[in-house]
Amino acid sequence: MSPLVVEIRNLVKSYRRGDQVVEVLRDITLDIAVGDFVALMGPSGSGKSTLLNLIAGIDKPGSGVLRVGGIDIASLDESELADWRGANVGFIFQFYNLMPVLSAFENVELPLLLTRLSRSERREHVHTALGMVGLADRMAHYPSELSGGQQQRVAIARAIITDPAILVADEPTGDLDRTSADEILKLMERLNTEMGKTIIMVTHDPYAAQRARRIQHLEKGVLVSDGRG
Amino acid sequence: MYLIKLVFRNALRHKLRTALTVLGLVVAVLAFGLLQTVVHAWYAGAEAASSTRLITRNAISLVFPLPLTYNEKIRQLPGVRSVSYANWFGGVYITEKNFFPQFAIEPRSYFALYPEYIVPPEQFRDFLRDRRGAAIGRKIADIHGINVGDMVPIRGTIFPGNWEFVVRAIYDGAEAKTDTSQFFFHWEYLNETLRKNAPRRGNQVGVYVVGLTSADRAAEVAQTLDATFKNSLAETLTETEKAFQLSFVSMTEAIVVAIRIVSFLVIFIILAVMANTMAMTARERVSEYATLKTLGFGPWFLASLIAGESLVIALVGGLLGIVFTYPVAHEFGRAMGTLFKVFEVSNETVWMQLAAIVIVGTVAAVVPAMRAARVRIVDGLRNIG
Repeated sequence: MSPLVVEIRNLVKSYRRGDQVVEVLRDITLDIAVGDFVALMGPSGSGKSTLLNLIAGIDKPGSGVLRVGGIDIASLDESELADWRGANVGFIFQFYNLMPVLSAFENVELPLLLTRLSRSERREHVHTALGMVGLADRMAHYPSELSGGQQQRVAIARAIITDPAILVADEPTGDLDRTSADEILKLMERLNTEMGKTIIMVTHDPYAAQRARRIQHLEKGVLVSDGRG
Repeated sequence: MYLIKLVFRNALRHKLRTALTVLGLVVAVLAFGLLQTVVHAWYAGAEAASSTRLITRNAISLVFPLPLTYNEKIRQLPGVRSVSYANWFGGVYITEKNFFPQFAIEPRSYFALYPEYIVPPEQFRDFLRDRRGAAIGRKIADIHGINVGDMVPIRGTIFPGNWEFVVRAIYDGAEAKTDTSQFFFHWEYLNETLRKNAPRRGNQVGVYVVGLTSADRAAEVAQTLDATFKNSLAETLTETEKAFQLSFVSMTEAIVVAIRIVSFLVIFIILAVMANTMAMTARERVSEYATLKTLGFGPWFLASLIAGESLVIALVGGLLGIVFTYPVAHEFGRAMGTLFKVFEVSNETVWMQLAAIVIVGTVAAVVPAMRAARVRIVDGLRNIG
């Protein structure tokens, strides 16, 4: 069995809404092994995006254990967490979240600015990443000049450019037509199978979830079943 | 480098918004510079004053004259290098709109005391020879198209009658701040006419201009001079040329203060406009800031993005405003004729404009930059779509 990249034990997350405390995640326990491809499914408000945010280190849990890559990320301060995210997590968003004023090349290069790589090394990495997602000929294009599918591929290139341990994807095909969505899912499958990337994906789409090795269902903040694997 | 690239590209993202903000800055900085130049012009006479000259007038009021006989007594006082005298003429050239100050002076001693008035020697000789001759400043000559040899009629108000002068000399200023809007003629010409028509008003002068051997002796000479004429029929009040000029400014101090306040209000208004623009910009880009934070960029990077954009817009608008201040001030000064002795954009005004630009650019970015730095990633990402 592969070693664990994510270890979650009795995780609780709640928000304060006015005087009320709303429990979004309740007693979550989940293990994700290196190289796994997990789909988190569930209805709106079930807490799947919150769980993804916690694993990605962009939100903090209320209580419980949350280890990612062997690090208790709940104990890191904001600055340490930012550094950790930059080095260990690749993000793929539903609406791509590319900088509109930067070209595809510059968008992909963005995370590398936080590393010690030289300009020529950065250029080499960006060429490789954009080549992998099939956009070597679109480097100089701005997001507004690319289709949704192409923008998401740029976002994937940006997510993998630092060679992170895990990729988190929040509804990565939610804004795409079926053909483009299929391309993106195939690309993610390739990243998982050929490059061994651990992928955690939130999706509403059962078709997209089928591409994952494992499906986890959440309902009202509780992990209710392990759909597969 | 990347930060600078992002700052510039962000600044050009909403071209119309940026252009309108820049236009607002141009107008505000230009208006600020122009109003400050008006304030400076008000004080120009005092600023151009020499520290080695004193002005002696009647202690009761400037309206009352002093006897000509004081001239020799003043000259003999210790610390006095030379003395001259002048009378305010207050005449009208064609219409009241063509105002410029006219003085009846003793030309040799007066021009010797004012080396900043540069007159070609041959013209000065002609002026001395002609008792009806006049020496006029370049500004008057340019505005009214008067040349050497032209006859200039002046209608007297304080000294009634129609006076005719022939322009024999045109003087230039040694410096930009030198007043070249004055009209000088022979005190002897005025005095002769007065002695003929109003003998009681003869042999009297408006003010004495006292040249000092050293600026350090100003207080001592002024004291001695006034003490000399104490308990006489015409007691004197002596002050430095600067203080004398400032006494005129103080009469209109309220207007100067109002202009100053308006100039700062203009900057305050553009600051509010700029702050609103930056707040709007930052609000629109919350999701981008959240994305950058997600990728590992820290709060300082985000704050620098906003502050940089704000400063770039402020600098572009502000610097254009400074550049335009010069031609606009030049035209404004021309349109004002001889109302202002000197109307030049000073270095101090430019520094104040630059300071205003930096303050506007920085202050406008403070709140949006703080908000961007503090944005929670989860909240920021929720703004997408």
